[in-house]
Amino acid sequence: MTMIVIGVIVVLLIIMYVSGYNGLVKAKIRTEESWSQIDVQLKRRNDLIPNLVSTVKGYATHEKETFAKVVELRNQLTQVPTDSHEETMEVSNQLSQSLKSIFALSESYPDLKANTEFTKLMEELSNTENKISYSRQLFNSTAASLNAKIQSFPSNIVAGIHHFTKVDYLAVPETEKAVPNVSFD
Amino acid sequence: MLYDQIAQNKRKTVYVLIGFVLLMVAIGAAVGYVFFNSAISGLLMAMVIAVVYMGLMISQSTSVVMSMNHATEVKSVEDAPELWHVVEDMAIVGQVPMPKVFIIEDASPNAFATGNNPEHAAVAATTGLLNRLNREELEGVMAHEISHVRNYDIRLSTIALALSAAISLLVNIGMNSFWWGGGRRRSNDDREGGGSLEIILMILSVLLVILGPIAATIAQLALSRNREYLADASAVELTRNPQGLIHALEKISNSEPMERADPSSAALYISNPLKKKTSGLFQTHPPMEDRIARLEAM
Repeated sequence: MTMIVIGVIVVLLIIMYVSGYNGLVKAKIRTEESWSQIDVQLKRRNDLIPNLVSTVKGYATHEKETFAKVVELRNQLTQVPTDSHEETMEVSNQLSQSLKSIFALSESYPDLKANTEFTKLMEELSNTENKISYSRQLFNSTAASLNAKIQSFPSNIVAGIHHFTKVDYLAVPETEKAVPNVSFD
Repeated sequence: MLYDQIAQNKRKTVYVLIGFVLLMVAIGAAVGYVFFNSAISGLLMAMVIAVVYMGLMISQSTSVVMSMNHATEVKSVEDAPELWHVVEDMAIVGQVPMPKVFIIEDASPNAFATGNNPEHAAVAATTGLLNRLNREELEGVMAHEISHVRNYDIRLSTIALALSAAISLLVNIGMNSFWWGGGRRRSNDDREGGGSLEIILMILSVLLVILGPIAATIAQLALSRNREYLADASAVELTRNPQGLIHALEKISNSEPMERADPSSAALYISNPLKKKTSGLFQTHPPMEDRIARLEAM
């Protein structure tokens, strides 16, 4: 009789252990997936920037510094190793800021605003900017569920044995907190 | 909370199906009894119609609902970049696959979602919505629709729509055959006995034929009304921007009704496209002021 009870308890423990481990692995994969979503968008934006610069150059000849800054940040972003989330996002946020100043150029150069290539690039870039911020939101929520699993009982025991570590949240840039998204009325 | 909601919706879908099928069978028997003098033939007819409609809806819901509402599919991103990108964003953050995107040629701003599950879902927006709303507002509306997709509201409301349409079809068949003399009742002389019982059955059947479709509509509308608050709340969870949805709802409610919206799909839209003044049980949506007040409280 006691053998049966012990057997049942052991089996239950094994089931709990396995399901705890699988849950952690799944949550870990989700955060990696959502990070790669961000990465895809960052790469996409990097591909668009040379086009943007060559389109805008002809119209706004006095804005060399603005272009140089954007190109520099873009190149800097390609140098950052992809697994250092924090650094990547910091450079990316700076890049977003300087891209905004290029968008703003269209106000002072009406010819540029009328250029169809430029309006297309604007939509493409604001699309990637939006996707970056939504993917960041997704990353943070997947990170939150992984962190919750790592901290809560009983999966924290499994997490301790297999060295699952908490994932840091991605900070939302101050500028984005203050000003709501760019609107295109 | 969301997962509870999904499980609850899946359960409710089963109850709704059972309820509607029972109602359908009862109405079928009544129609048969009143118009064709045979409850069994009506019952069989009801079952056939129910099976055909449900099969059609479960396999083809998207294309059926979309063609009922004169919507055309947007095949690639170039055809409507802003709408496409916004839907894509909401699908990313809502963690559902990218739904199909449709556009309805109508100056009145409105939108809806349909489909059987998140893998086979579709969203539609009117041209008026795209013209009048800015990007933030459009994000709010599409987040609302993606929430319907994510919560499995689309399956529940699409099936409810199919079955209440099936019930009105059944009653119409009965009515038509009655007026055109196809299945006129034999005179009472042919019958033997059971006088008062027959009259009671007859009255009950007529009542069921008249009230059945109304009951089906009320059930369908009650289901959809309750989903709207939840979809509004989950939309804000996705965009983190209640103002966008508030402004969108204000713009939508201050506009003219849609020209060609299908009345039976009215409950699917984000806001009643017909704008008829109805109250209580027959409302497809909760009052706009209530929805906006709840969003402002967030």
